[in-house]
Amino acid sequence: MKALVAVKRVIDYNVKIRVKADKTGVETANVKMSMNPFDEIAVEEALRLREAGIVTEVIAVSLGIAQCQETIRTALAMGADRGVLVQTDAELQPLAVAKLLKAVIQQENPEIVIIGKQAIDDDCNQTGQMLSALLGWPQATFASKIKISDGHAEVTREVDGGLETISIKLPAVITTDLRLNEPRYASLPNIMKAKKKPIATTTPEALGVDVTSRLAVLKIDEPPKRQGGHKVGSVAELVDKLKTEARVI
Amino acid sequence: MAALVVAEHENASLKPATLNAVAAAKEIAGADIDILVAGNDCRAAAEAAAKTAGIRKVLLAEGVAYDHGLAENVAPLVVKLAEGYSHLLAPATTSGKNLMPRVAALLDVMQISEISAVVSPDTFVRPIYAGNALQTVRSKDPIKVITVRGTAFPPVEASGGSAMIEPVVALTDLTGLSEFLRAELSKSERPELTSARVVISGGRGMQSGDNFHLLEKVADKLGAAVGASRAAVDAGFVPNDYQVGQTGKIVAPELYIAVGISGAIQHLAGMKDSKVIVAINKDEEAPIFQIADYGLVGDLFKILPELADELDKHQ
Repeated sequence: MKALVAVKRVIDYNVKIRVKADKTGVETANVKMSMNPFDEIAVEEALRLREAGIVTEVIAVSLGIAQCQETIRTALAMGADRGVLVQTDAELQPLAVAKLLKAVIQQENPEIVIIGKQAIDDDCNQTGQMLSALLGWPQATFASKIKISDGHAEVTREVDGGLETISIKLPAVITTDLRLNEPRYASLPNIMKAKKKPIATTTPEALGVDVTSRLAVLKIDEPPKRQGGHKVGSVAELVDKLKTEARVI
Repeated sequence: MAALVVAEHENASLKPATLNAVAAAKEIAGADIDILVAGNDCRAAAEAAAKTAGIRKVLLAEGVAYDHGLAENVAPLVVKLAEGYSHLLAPATTSGKNLMPRVAALLDVMQISEISAVVSPDTFVRPIYAGNALQTVRSKDPIKVITVRGTAFPPVEASGGSAMIEPVVALTDLTGLSEFLRAELSKSERPELTSARVVISGGRGMQSGDNFHLLEKVADKLGAAVGASRAAVDAGFVPNDYQVGQTGKIVAPELYIAVGISGAIQHLAGMKDSKVIVAINKDEEAPIFQIADYGLVGDLFKILPELADELDKHQ
């Protein structure tokens, strides 16, 4: 079976982001960009399923500006077989992304779709659930363990109270949580090899998808700053301060 | 304008996060708020929901299909009930996050994820970049599908109301797409992390899961919930549901005590809205001290027993 993974280009998780002075967004000029960490986990899981002989081909899809091709190359360097870029300069929100992915999936016919549970830029946590709804497929979100057998996936999910295990019928969409796996680094020979792997390019227009934004972003603000940095000298002083000054115990 | 809040419940009781979501709904729709309780054998939860202060009615959907809240089955129900509502809300818990985007897609609308403030019925504030920026968005969709960050909205009263309970007919055509197999839920006598008044969390500095009993001793004296940093969870000291942080639980208690936690951005994102923050760490350069109201530099293995003793004196 084919596996499809979606990979998003985001500001690297180590970068301390800066809100633009005019409040229109977050500074992205000259900022290091990387693959969304949850999507790296998705790529890794698909590769492990291929190495286990369950998956035959791993397709990495990214959506957005031309530079998203670099994010696909990263997935190819990790070991994905080929890429699809849905290229557009439009700002894409999760509903539009889900519709575009659906269109790609209808061409590629994967039986398993694995994507990050959320992107670390907009923190939406929507795309996987929306995609499975649009396809009429089952979903398993926040996966920490995946077992495939007999046309089903048994998925352990990280939920608020602990862990929950469900069985879903394939084809299905699975979104990854942190503890699913530890993604591999791409080796130099694999980075070289990835340069020769094919990336097909298409557009929202070619896929017949309307990507108009449904949410208008009015402004981006900095969160209020927290004043801290006071030190106390002893446990007794701490308890006293909590009692008499902060009045929280 | 009317809002439907999808309740989070455990059949016999209503989960507190529901009350935070109702609080957000009130800011949007005033008195016209209904609560949906969908599940199997969950009348008790519906009765608890009916006591919520200031709601109009409770819709009760009972059926095996809704057991364990499988999104494939519950989403079509919410979509069917959506007519007549301008806003659909749920707490931004793992179940709300699992369900609501599926509802939104079926309605062909964008979800507004994890709102932290209501500006107007179509405009909301939500944290992005792990809380390092706040985004104000206006929805152009006819129905607003929203998840609510609980810590941003003080809960409404769980009692005082006497709304009627209206049964809604369960959908019979089960999707059969997914099946619940089992849950391994942590059992604890302590309050829930997200609703506790005091939280004490341990990080990598705890060195082992066994050492968490030192935290638990202090927690017992304060009636506190026990949490952990991602580092402590990844090291296997405690289960994943202890995790406080951007990818774990978001908490904002009256008092947050961080022990042996350096203060990675991802952890700060989950607790920096706490009213008072205490940090205990042997490294005086640890970033956690920059946001702590009270920092204590030292060996946590000495400090924690001392703290437990000192709290005894004050009781």
